Amino acid sequence: MKRGQTPSQTVGPFFAYGLVPEQYNYPFASLADGEMVDDTTEGQRIRVLGHVYDGAGDLVPDAIIEIWQANAHGRYNHPADDRKDNLLDPDFKGFGRMGTGTTPDNRFVFDTIKPGSVDGAQAPHLNVVVLMRGMLLHAYTRLYFSDEEDANAADPVLSSVPEDRRETLIAHRDVDLPGRVYRFDIHMQGERETVFFDV
Amino acid sequence: MMGSNRDWDSQPPFIHTDYKSTVLRGPTKPLIPISQTLSELTGPVYGHEAVGELDADMTRNARVNGEPLGERIIVAGRVVDEDDRPIPNTLVEVWQCNSSGRYVHEADQHDAPLDPNFLGAGRCVTDENGRYEFRTIKPGAYPWRNHPNAWRPNHIHLSLFGASFVSRLVTQMYFPGDPLFEFDPIFNGVPQGARERMISSFDLSLTEPEFALGYNFDIVLRGPKATPMED
Repeated sequence: MKRGQTPSQTVGPFFAYGLVPEQYNYPFASLADGEMVDDTTEGQRIRVLGHVYDGAGDLVPDAIIEIWQANAHGRYNHPADDRKDNLLDPDFKGFGRMGTGTTPDNRFVFDTIKPGSVDGAQAPHLNVVVLMRGMLLHAYTRLYFSDEEDANAADPVLSSVPEDRRETLIAHRDVDLPGRVYRFDIHMQGERETVFFDV
Repeated sequence: MMGSNRDWDSQPPFIHTDYKSTVLRGPTKPLIPISQTLSELTGPVYGHEAVGELDADMTRNARVNGEPLGERIIVAGRVVDEDDRPIPNTLVEVWQCNSSGRYVHEADQHDAPLDPNFLGAGRCVTDENGRYEFRTIKPGAYPWRNHPNAWRPNHIHLSLFGASFVSRLVTQMYFPGDPLFEFDPIFNGVPQGARERMISSFDLSLTEPEFALGYNFDIVLRGPKATPMED
């Protein structure tokens, strides 16, 4: 029996105490937040920070960003990825989520590790889901790293994006900040509209 | 949209002008199709270990000095894919306003009372047959500022990951016979023919005598394409 998909509806303005309660100081345990690593996680520590802009160029204060990524060996912590050659890092789940409503400049910040190449062909990347009030369904995008030029040039997904829009998917290293920090702003509309994928 | 990975007969568009805040927030350029790789065919895994003892009972998980006010209900159903196959051990996250139509969220300025004994956040996990169940208080309707005299129908927010990143779903469950459906641009943002899939059904067999009424709500998640990686 074929059943029709349940339609998507907006996450609304009041998702915080359900999805990211601890970030917003509500008395309910968070399953995930922007801190995706601990002392035992293998791989190079990175910080990804950015903002979400609407079509008027204004900051979106009530978006929620979700990250799904492979570990330092390029393996996903999921039963469908059973490649033995890519080691599992059992304590690294690879999922983070953060709302944009708890800092004065409405930023999201993820402390994580740089993922390995998933299958040799794909450049290191983070899979990103964008949800907010004013979106009836979520949008998918990807984050690639500015210092992976050769891998990016060979990446099949990035190569399928018109050249003049690829830049919207590249997170740039900010060398003025301590640690390894990449900046990645998401533009919902406008000249710099982020590329969103039909996955 | 022929050949799209997403089912636009079931899913709402990014921009639906009756829902005003979509106008500046929905992407305007065409989505770029990609083949599904391991990045799309995997996703976050949260099972029974992620759920605390009272997480699935919102009538109890935030009590301070008594019981929450309002009508107790039991919501249950199956999480399945489009072929009606159960999706076991998958997380269902839930949040909602209280019986007066007020959210705990500090940005909610609706002039209706908060309930000190109700938070309105919970979670549960499907069993091996894809079944889930939670207990809560029936949420109230509330006004919002989309247009003059705009009111949201009673609804509960639900968030699911399913088997992979492509099955991600955030939706709202409604209640049968709500007179506000025809005026709600969020409900009506979904194509005609698919909207009723968001409406739960009253189910006497789910009720608990002398305690709570029961509503059934099945959730159908999108599966991966039949032939991944071969575009």
